Amino acid sequence: MSKVRVLVGTRKGAFVLSSDGKREKWEVSGPHFAGWEIYHLKGSPADPNKLYASQTSGWFGQIIQTSEDGGKTWHQPGSAPGEQLEPGKAVGESNKFVYDASPETGKPLTTHQWYDGTQHPWEFKRVWHLEPSLTEPDTVYAGIEDAALFRSTDGAKTWKELPGLRGNDTGPRWQPGAGGMCLHTILLDPKNPKRIYIAISAAGAFRTDDGGKSWKPINRGLKSQYIPDPNAEVGHCVHHVTMHGSRPNTLFMQKHWDVMRSDDAGDNWHEISGNLPTDFGFVIDVHAHEPETVYVVPIKSDSEHFPMDGKLRVYRSRTGGNEWEPLSKGLPQSDCYVNVLRDAMAVDSLESCGVYFGTTGGQVYASPDAGNNWAPIVRDLPAVLSVEVQTLP
Amino acid sequence: MIRVVLPQHLRTLARVGGEVEVEVKSPATLQSVLDALEASYPVLRGTIRDHVTLQRRPFLRFFVCAEDWSHEAPEKPLPEEVASGKEPFLIIGAIAGG
Repeated sequence: MSKVRVLVGTRKGAFVLSSDGKREKWEVSGPHFAGWEIYHLKGSPADPNKLYASQTSGWFGQIIQTSEDGGKTWHQPGSAPGEQLEPGKAVGESNKFVYDASPETGKPLTTHQWYDGTQHPWEFKRVWHLEPSLTEPDTVYAGIEDAALFRSTDGAKTWKELPGLRGNDTGPRWQPGAGGMCLHTILLDPKNPKRIYIAISAAGAFRTDDGGKSWKPINRGLKSQYIPDPNAEVGHCVHHVTMHGSRPNTLFMQKHWDVMRSDDAGDNWHEISGNLPTDFGFVIDVHAHEPETVYVVPIKSDSEHFPMDGKLRVYRSRTGGNEWEPLSKGLPQSDCYVNVLRDAMAVDSLESCGVYFGTTGGQVYASPDAGNNWAPIVRDLPAVLSVEVQTLP
Repeated sequence: MIRVVLPQHLRTLARVGGEVEVEVKSPATLQSVLDALEASYPVLRGTIRDHVTLQRRPFLRFFVCAEDWSHEAPEKPLPEEVASGKEPFLIIGAIAGG
């Protein structure tokens, strides 16, 4: 029977939640890396037992962890405890993210726009998102703050920036959102290995069609009333972007305000907020088998980061947007004031698609039937930062 | 032999107990101790000081013989009490946050 493994990153450690295909009884493993912020952990599609985790701390900086056994044991890539340095050997560099400033990149960027409109140096802060390659277990992408895209091809032992992203001529106009200038979304096109989408708060979405050498902003159609030019090429606070693997040209976006859709690989966007009670939110995801079935969690506003009326509701559209239905069975319908952060929703690919999300209140909810019924897997974890799901044989 | 006391999270990361010992050529300095520590425990690279600039991370402090050495020059020789192993070299995380 198939199994699912839910990978949960929290403010105080990582947790691995496991169940069989019924998704009724769960085993909870963790906390791993207790006391550290785990922004994201994700498994390799090419080797599901190989996991990558971003472990961060305001005191001690960035650590990258990997597991070869599905999260039972972890280590820092290339840095076994007590290992001695040898000249020329790349050890202790799995957490070394150095912006590319080489002349070969053309015009290395050194500054971006700061909150006060002045230019500010790029400074590495943390890894927000790790996206393993669809085909190579040792290749993984990292989305970092301050926004840049890095890639490792040696199992996260060493990292190199893909400088073409920051090198596109909009870079000096990128600026941080309230949560920092983070590259939080990385989508690898399963049909076109040269195509990658990324999204940055608060710059917008970008696409490469040449494997990461060159990038272009793909924000036409986004309107943000809170910036000087609502239709600007960059400067939009994109919260999350998702797609269905069978239709990689169709993208769904939860922007700061507005739920958006593109059917031409991001070249043009149109709004699909429709009858949502509020179109502010963070997460967005697509059903594993129905490319027109989309999920969001509406949040009241950007000044009140909690659900409307104290009722936690997932909204589902079976029409690719505009027509949304609330899903609340099993979710708290009074006095609920949690948030659901941008990387904290995922779906499994079992026959009856499972949907999962985590809250800042420490609950991880699961629906084994595409959102019709919900139940908490755990109720009292630290604030949940990210949720990923692996469907295992 | 220099005795180094790490904060709890770094002990966990390096999988060591309360103190570690590192060998440093005389005269021992703040920089040579950190170099030796990172050589023995590569997992600590980047966690105490920046990978590239080697600047101390802002929420960490260095204490030597009850004195704050956080702003001392990296090449300044450490006191004999620390160089001889009588007193430990302390790396302390700021008490802050939740």
